[in-house]
Amino acid sequence: MSEYILEMRDIVKEFFGVKALDGVTLKVKKGEIHALCGENGAGKSTLMKVLSGEHPAGSYSGKIIFEGKELSQTSIKDSESVGIAIIHQELALIKQLSIAENIFLGNEIGARGLVNFSEQLNKTNELLNRVKLNVNPLTRAGDLGIGHQQLVEIAKALSKNAKLLILDEPSASLSEGEVEVLMGILDDLRRDGVTCIYISHKLNEVTRICDNVTVIRDGSTIGQVPISEIDQDKLVQMMVGREMKNLFPREEHKIGEEFFEIKNFNVLDPFNKNIKRVKNASFTLRRGEILGISGLVGSGRTEMVASIYGSFQGQKSGEIYFEGKKIDIKNPNDALSKGIAMVPEDRKKDGIIAGMSVAKNMTMSNLVKYKRPLNVIDKDKEMMDVLKFIDEIKIKTASTELAIKNLSGGNQQKVILAKNLLAEPKILILDEPTRGIDVGAKYEIYKLIFKLAKQGISIIMVSSELPEVLGISDRVLVMNEGEIKASLENNGLTQEMIMNYSVGKKNEEVSESYSEETKTSVGGI
Amino acid sequence: MQLSKSTSSEKEKKLGLGVIFKSKMAAILIATAAIWVLFTFLTDGNFLTTRNLSNLFRQMSITGVLAIGMVFVIILGEIDLSAGSTLGLLGGIAAILNVWFGFSAIPTVVITLILGVIMGAWNGYWIAFRNVPSFIVTLASMLVFRGVLIGITGGNTVAPLTADFKAIGQAYLPTVVGYILVVIAIVGSAYLILGNRKNKIKYNIEVRPMALDVLTIVGIGVISLVLVLILNDYQGFPIPVFIMLLLALILAFVGTKTIFGRRIYGIGGNRDAARLSGINVKKHIIVIYSVLGLLCAVAGILLTSRLNAGSVSAGQNAEMDAIASCVIGGASLAGGSGTVAGALVGALVMASIDNGMSMMNTPTFWQYIVKGLILLIAVWMDISSKNKK
Repeated sequence: MSEYILEMRDIVKEFFGVKALDGVTLKVKKGEIHALCGENGAGKSTLMKVLSGEHPAGSYSGKIIFEGKELSQTSIKDSESVGIAIIHQELALIKQLSIAENIFLGNEIGARGLVNFSEQLNKTNELLNRVKLNVNPLTRAGDLGIGHQQLVEIAKALSKNAKLLILDEPSASLSEGEVEVLMGILDDLRRDGVTCIYISHKLNEVTRICDNVTVIRDGSTIGQVPISEIDQDKLVQMMVGREMKNLFPREEHKIGEEFFEIKNFNVLDPFNKNIKRVKNASFTLRRGEILGISGLVGSGRTEMVASIYGSFQGQKSGEIYFEGKKIDIKNPNDALSKGIAMVPEDRKKDGIIAGMSVAKNMTMSNLVKYKRPLNVIDKDKEMMDVLKFIDEIKIKTASTELAIKNLSGGNQQKVILAKNLLAEPKILILDEPTRGIDVGAKYEIYKLIFKLAKQGISIIMVSSELPEVLGISDRVLVMNEGEIKASLENNGLTQEMIMNYSVGKKNEEVSESYSEETKTSVGGI
Repeated sequence: MQLSKSTSSEKEKKLGLGVIFKSKMAAILIATAAIWVLFTFLTDGNFLTTRNLSNLFRQMSITGVLAIGMVFVIILGEIDLSAGSTLGLLGGIAAILNVWFGFSAIPTVVITLILGVIMGAWNGYWIAFRNVPSFIVTLASMLVFRGVLIGITGGNTVAPLTADFKAIGQAYLPTVVGYILVVIAIVGSAYLILGNRKNKIKYNIEVRPMALDVLTIVGIGVISLVLVLILNDYQGFPIPVFIMLLLALILAFVGTKTIFGRRIYGIGGNRDAARLSGINVKKHIIVIYSVLGLLCAVAGILLTSRLNAGSVSAGQNAEMDAIASCVIGGASLAGGSGTVAGALVGALVMASIDNGMSMMNTPTFWQYIVKGLILLIAVWMDISSKNKK
């Protein structure tokens, strides 16, 4: 038997004459964590769908050899039965069911149509121990945070005796702390002899945990190298096929006067009024400033910015001052009319209207701009704006009339950005603007951010990625458990300093250890 | 718009059967024609007499008026199960006003229309501002409105109506008006289709073959001329059909050309995204339900007038016919898609089946079975053709 648990040879997969995969080769050694990298649309997901049986044998050409035997799987079930399990980017847990029920869904333990609940609970506890998740197995999946749901997914895969675990962007929606936990678990699994294929855009994770990396681009394998022989820059270069010296195209821009301020902002949870999502938050914003907001998932960042924009469903109190006047924002329309726009965190749920065309998505919030008598839309004028933005921010689409769901994530995000720019905002809020977007599109979005700042537009950017926060922001607010813990000018700022505030270390400790390195104003403005 | 670096010459798809069949509308029309041919054979040609066709269109007008309002509710991603009861109650109220209280046609119509808007807004209010699912709200209204109707009429049929009220559902337009309508149809469609084409070329968007556009205009001209000739050969253009077409034109305009219409599609496509785009979702829900309420009032007036009576069972299951019409016409209950034209053709299909089978003296139960199966097959064909793509 060879040292490889999995060999995929010359996989070709076509969709209506377009080759999504064009002779991809992937060799994974037994017991390793193998990274699969590539830009969005490179073919990673298609390749994994071939492997997991979602695209059945016969719909592609090439050979898959798993544990020495050629696979001819025709369904996901087939692949699972030989020990291949995939954990999708979008979690597939059923929110209303308990952890135990989710794990054994479709593989219930029991006989004669009856479920043996106690046995299932025992097994679930064992599995949860393995993934170091210390929660009651009867907890509803919907009550778990995203990080914990991910761990349940892994436990579910383990319950099926998976020998090969495919993780598709597992850390996309995890906070830094949760990523740590995930890394630890993957390390444990490796020790237990479980092989993993790890798909991620986060190169620091790849270089940290993986043994080997395969890079694919445009449906072909670019190369397979041991992690020890490669660094992040090299990896990016392989992925995009061009050299990208600087991930963050920083440009100098003039920062003007303070013109926006929120005071004593409190936001309640929409479903449980006893929980405060944001506590007494106050900050100011200057013209042309890029203000990063950092913090762990659940620290209240999204709730705060969504409340400013008027889209958060929970009750809020506090004052907003805009250009010297106190304003009241009850809904997104109020915000937009004042010149405050927001690109939401969850692009699929809150951003795009999937079945609508690129053009209609782009103008959705600004239709009044094209108003003619009888409320008729001036389609000429509309189309001019759409074409202008497609050209200006390089949206790759076959047609303005194409449904937006057919675009790559990066291009969808650009359309949503264009929609917000059409509102001619003075403040643009970006909530996780580069989540799930490939390196090339990220770079272009960063460039756009700086361009806007140069035009005097202020940017509020929420991000979970510390390198991004540091690479883009002029100033960083750090949030922890609903409070703004620090407002830090971005010179000499480091990831560790931000982390310390985001995990809620006491202010004195932090300021003592860093007071010499940076100007630190603690506790708000 | 093709973004590849190509010259800005006109982009035309090749004319072929594929292009024609790709159009959902064409597929439904062909299916309708097939149904007509079938009934013509089965009724020894009686189905195609001008008298029967005139009746068919008049029968269709009630489902048609409901369907063109229902389609907007469906585009929003909602449903209205109370449309039939609303129609029944409003028709009953119209009859009571006219018969018992002696109101003449105009005040009766005005009051009924206003009540229709209020009843629609009532549904919309509970859905938009009280967050009760539309299925439940309108199921409740279906029971409540039917109950009120039985209560106020005491279970009796309210008849007979005054002559001016009867005219709404039974009279015909003079023949010359029919020919004027044909001219308007041809000029109007040519203006819209060619204007649209000019715009697409201007922005370098792929256009349909010129021949197909011309064919469409000629087709519209021929169809409307044949329609008017048929109707005039009998007694003229029935007023209910005229009202239905007029309302359909207005709503099609609202749906495709206006900001309001675009927003309805946006809300139906993704409500959260629409809300974050600054759209007042609640307002749109209330307005759309009010419009449907108004159309229920129109349908109720037409039905009462045609039957020359307000009856307790009027409009029963009418909402089902309307929903089926929308769906046959290509609307998706998931929201975000559907057209007024499609809903109208769907209503024509439903009415044709009713009419044809009645002519064949088939027992009513067969009409239910056939209509049900056609609905199922129409949606199945739509879904499977989408999956093939």
